[in-house]
Amino acid sequence: MSVYQPLPHDSGPLHVTGRARYVDDTELPPGALHLAFGLSPVARGTITAMDLAAVRAAPGVVLVLTHADLPFDADTSPTNHDEPLLSDGTVHYVGQPVFLVVAETHMLARRAARLARIEIAEEEPVLTIERALELDWRFEEGPRIWEKGDAGAALAAAPHRLKGRLEMGGQEHFYLEGQVATAYPQEDGGMHVVSSTQHPTEAQHKVAVAIGRHMNDVRVETRRMGGGFGGKESQGNSPAIACAVAARATGRVCRMRYDRDDDMTITGKRHDFRVDYDVGYDDTGRILAIDFTHYTRCGWGQDLSLAVGDRAMLHADNAYLVPNMRITSHRLRTNMQSATAFRGFGGPQGLFGIEQVIHHLAHVTGRDEIELRRLNYYAECEDGAAPQASATRTASGATRLSSGTGAAKRFGGAHSPEPNRPLANLTPYGQEVTDFILHAMTDRILAMADYARRKDEIDGWNAQSPILKRGIGFVPVKFGISFTNTQLNQAGALVSVYHDGSVILNHGGTEMGQGLNQKVAQVVAARFGLDAAKVKITATDTFKVPNTSATSASTGSDLNGMAAQNAADTIRDRMAQSLALKYGTSADSVRFENGRVTVGNKADLTFAEAAGECYEDRVALSSTGYYRTPDISWDRIAGKGRPFLYFAHGVAVSEVVIDTLTGENRVLRTDILHDCGASLNPAIDIGQIEGGYVQGVGWLTTEELVWDDKGRLRTHAPSTYKIPACSDRPDVFNVTLWEGANRAPTVYRSKAVGEPPFMLGISAFLALSNACAACGPNWPGLNAPATAEAVLAAVERARGQG
Amino acid sequence: MEISFLLNGETVTADCAPTETLLDFLRLRRHLTGTKEGCNEGDCGACTVMVTDEDGTHSVNSCILFMGQLPGRAVRTVEGVNGPDGAMHPVQEAMVTHHGSQCGFCTPGVVVSLAAAHQEGRHDWDSVLAGNLCRCTGYAPIIRAAEAAAGVPVPVWMKGDGDRLPADHGTAPKSADELAALLVAHPEATLIAGATDVGLWVTKQLRDLPFPVFLNRCADLREVKIAGDTLHIGATATVEEVRKAVESLHPSWAAMLSRYASLQVRNAATVGGNVANGSPIGDNPPVLIALGATLHLRKGDARRSIPAESFFIDYGRQDRAPGEFLESITLPAAAPALRVYKLSKRFDQDISAVLGAFNVTLDAGRVTAARIAFGGMAGVPKRAAHVEAALVGRDWSLAAVTAALPAFAEDFTPMTDMRASAAYRLKTAQNMALRYFHDLAGEQVQVREVSA
Repeated sequence: MSVYQPLPHDSGPLHVTGRARYVDDTELPPGALHLAFGLSPVARGTITAMDLAAVRAAPGVVLVLTHADLPFDADTSPTNHDEPLLSDGTVHYVGQPVFLVVAETHMLARRAARLARIEIAEEEPVLTIERALELDWRFEEGPRIWEKGDAGAALAAAPHRLKGRLEMGGQEHFYLEGQVATAYPQEDGGMHVVSSTQHPTEAQHKVAVAIGRHMNDVRVETRRMGGGFGGKESQGNSPAIACAVAARATGRVCRMRYDRDDDMTITGKRHDFRVDYDVGYDDTGRILAIDFTHYTRCGWGQDLSLAVGDRAMLHADNAYLVPNMRITSHRLRTNMQSATAFRGFGGPQGLFGIEQVIHHLAHVTGRDEIELRRLNYYAECEDGAAPQASATRTASGATRLSSGTGAAKRFGGAHSPEPNRPLANLTPYGQEVTDFILHAMTDRILAMADYARRKDEIDGWNAQSPILKRGIGFVPVKFGISFTNTQLNQAGALVSVYHDGSVILNHGGTEMGQGLNQKVAQVVAARFGLDAAKVKITATDTFKVPNTSATSASTGSDLNGMAAQNAADTIRDRMAQSLALKYGTSADSVRFENGRVTVGNKADLTFAEAAGECYEDRVALSSTGYYRTPDISWDRIAGKGRPFLYFAHGVAVSEVVIDTLTGENRVLRTDILHDCGASLNPAIDIGQIEGGYVQGVGWLTTEELVWDDKGRLRTHAPSTYKIPACSDRPDVFNVTLWEGANRAPTVYRSKAVGEPPFMLGISAFLALSNACAACGPNWPGLNAPATAEAVLAAVERARGQG
Repeated sequence: MEISFLLNGETVTADCAPTETLLDFLRLRRHLTGTKEGCNEGDCGACTVMVTDEDGTHSVNSCILFMGQLPGRAVRTVEGVNGPDGAMHPVQEAMVTHHGSQCGFCTPGVVVSLAAAHQEGRHDWDSVLAGNLCRCTGYAPIIRAAEAAAGVPVPVWMKGDGDRLPADHGTAPKSADELAALLVAHPEATLIAGATDVGLWVTKQLRDLPFPVFLNRCADLREVKIAGDTLHIGATATVEEVRKAVESLHPSWAAMLSRYASLQVRNAATVGGNVANGSPIGDNPPVLIALGATLHLRKGDARRSIPAESFFIDYGRQDRAPGEFLESITLPAAAPALRVYKLSKRFDQDISAVLGAFNVTLDAGRVTAARIAFGGMAGVPKRAAHVEAALVGRDWSLAAVTAALPAFAEDFTPMTDMRASAAYRLKTAQNMALRYFHDLAGEQVQVREVSA
């Protein structure tokens, strides 16, 4: 069966030969134009004069547009209608687009854009958490506060208290392909936009409004992105709208791609967070209550910040059953890029908070970190209700592809504390946890990583190594799957079988490298009993499948896979009925397997023959499919409900070494065990885990965003912003898939994989913190990103010198 | 100007501005869109191509390679790594089989870098790929692919570019003498060797370079040779050539150079350019100063030689007259106590926050001479004169080094920027002196030498 197979990415042969076409690779017709934004050099103020004469007179310039020149409502915000395409006269961050140059070439547009003379009455920019709180600059009327139990009373009554603060930086997406779109004006005034976007339907809607049309006039097409990671969920709107507006104004094809420095200056990034914690615990280390306060700088526009803040709150518990918890979340407005979606979408920030709590608690109590974690875990859910995968998975998948030591089997959790907690397995937001498997996964990873022996060995090594210190860290991840904006949990697909037996597939998800198309094709092929290669995948197209959701929140294959399955099943059932009638047998005796269709014992056809016969019998061989996630409901104001269909899990052990003279550090070894349910494609899933982990480590180590006191981003190119390079991956890197099936009825019992592994990178941060702690008796108070400079400061704090 | 070069095995002649980038030429004029623009500043490697000339085949970044550097050379892009009949290169096959591509945008650059390494039989993947950023895979599957392809023979279509180089009809000077005469006539010229810095003047600052002079055809300017106890480095020897040359002579310098930018950049960038552009954060000048190197400058037929440290007068100001150029550098072929420490946010391909070069001379346990120089600590690469003075004449001991540490604050008042704070720079410069002591004592002081 084509599902569960470790097939290569469908575009692999195109990628490696350079034949895969991205938006900027398609040849433009003669007369096509290129766009560039003129950007605000000031973080906050009012434009008092704008002299664009030199821009208009520059070589190759065809048109220059300002806010006043926009005929309709050109707004780029996905949520709040607060981000005009071009400044409305006020500027809110350094890099805000102020005017739009339309020129004959990309280079001429960029050159012209620098010739403007803009006078701005500057005001003091709001850049810090403190200043934003002082001015009450925030989104929504006040902080969001959710509470379970009575955290205040429980803290007051707790035998022990621990308070602390964790700061974590934001993160630039650094998709290798920058933002880019092309707009082709149509004969009837409509627009065909080819865009590198995770959310074609939103681009369609925003473009339609911006050109004064309806959605049925705007076709948005996305074949593939050169990386997205959340950075093209809403940030692709601007270039798409700009191209459409310019194409409408000139009647010519318009393309816009951001130069990398512009891209990093203009677009939003991951939200940075400050997490304050006040913890009450008992003599055994059991956590009784936590009062969390989240502060995040959202930048100038609301964008997706409310949902990001919500998801941070929804992961403030991670894997731990805390009887009393209050979470207060401040979503602060600042004069910076509007922070946006980024893999994990707040989840990592919230989850990191409680992991630091446990880590800190271990330090102050002298208890073993992992025992503390197990003590506070949700209760394991080992009831017999877990369904098995609907087909046997060959062992070849995970085992052969794993760079590590083979497939894991569940086992007893011999070292786990007694699973006799009297509390209901309820999250702080009231969802019952019914699929918790981290006790068993923890046991398994500790054995696979040889954790206990290595920890002893590291302690011994550190005792005789004055300059270099090693550390080991462990993190569990429980990540909720479903959009918290419930309406987004729907998807459509369009499947067609041609009368020669070939199959074509279209669905609402977008391909950004994560292998979504391959996975969905494997599902469709499985329904027809075909090889995955028999199913052709086509570009996401809002004229084929309408009203799509963003490909985000890890839901791509869950939603679109199921929609495509439903479409394929509709066709398959029609074919079965037709063939059963023709051959005089029952429809349920028709089997689609191994490229053949057997009609009871009456006929044995190739799939192509079957398709041909059905066509002759006038069977509709094309169908849409639709899926909506069941069993979810959510009240984000109350913070109560069942926002997630299920949880995905993972565990990681990382080992690091630090230099106590400079703070330089490296990840030496990483062992990961991750829960993809019954993986649709173990090779693709392992790729997501490896890549997500390294990206997560980058977030917490070398990736540092620096703004100066004028609000200028100083790290706006890869020369100053450092994502992990090849040698930054762990030398020893073992990734293994947990053998299990999703208890929730997802497509082939698989689980979402895009975001959860990102948080496994926290294990490297905790390992670094442990290495710092090995330098002295004090709490090192390491913050993220743990650059060499931050590590050195933490070493000094551990030694009492800080 | 008209430029002839070999492109994927075929001679092409292009009429283009000398400062047009090869990347733009490939994508916009030839519609060879496999080569990608990721950053347009030589940091991401999505634009990597192979360039072959008399000195062999090297991976370079096409986004900051000017057309004016190409006459008489050969270029192979990802399209040319693929066989003429569509057959895949072993590296391409392995990248598919081992799931080495996800979004695919960095992939052509990765493939070209790996194909160049495959050609050379190199297996030091971290060096080979340091200049190819991938945001999707975490690199692990790319390394698996590289290893899988390593044993497969080089395909026939990848061979022979070096034998079919077109004649160089370019106007660039062919010797130091020609260059000297040209610069006397045109002191306003912009000298371009590897273009790894000047390239950004065009791609990022959008500057016009009115009189570019390309140096890469002056064969006598790029010689690296040992004469007696002196190492002679021609000004346009590439950083990678120098790295190889000093691997056995000055291993600590070579180790630093293996982290200097990326292989693509080292294959183009020159040590002379790194000196002559006068950057306070160039990684070679502190090493040259610590080695007591001599710079040999030339204007017309007049030559003069100066100590390396005296070249750097002030931020943005060097001891070089209009029409004058750096011809070569000489330095001792041996300096067993030389140690070079590069400190940056990321190990590979990152500009240093601090670079320290230490070279003490000991006689019977006593410091008889000390040359200690830093980059990133001042407006110029600079000696730590007070620190040196505090050490000379003392017995070489941890106590002596510790006692010298306060002198750092007399030598340097570093600044705070996006790479590091002033306090961190000063502290780590001091700590590098401690590291140096332990290093000479044979202790393990580098995190890169530790494994799990």
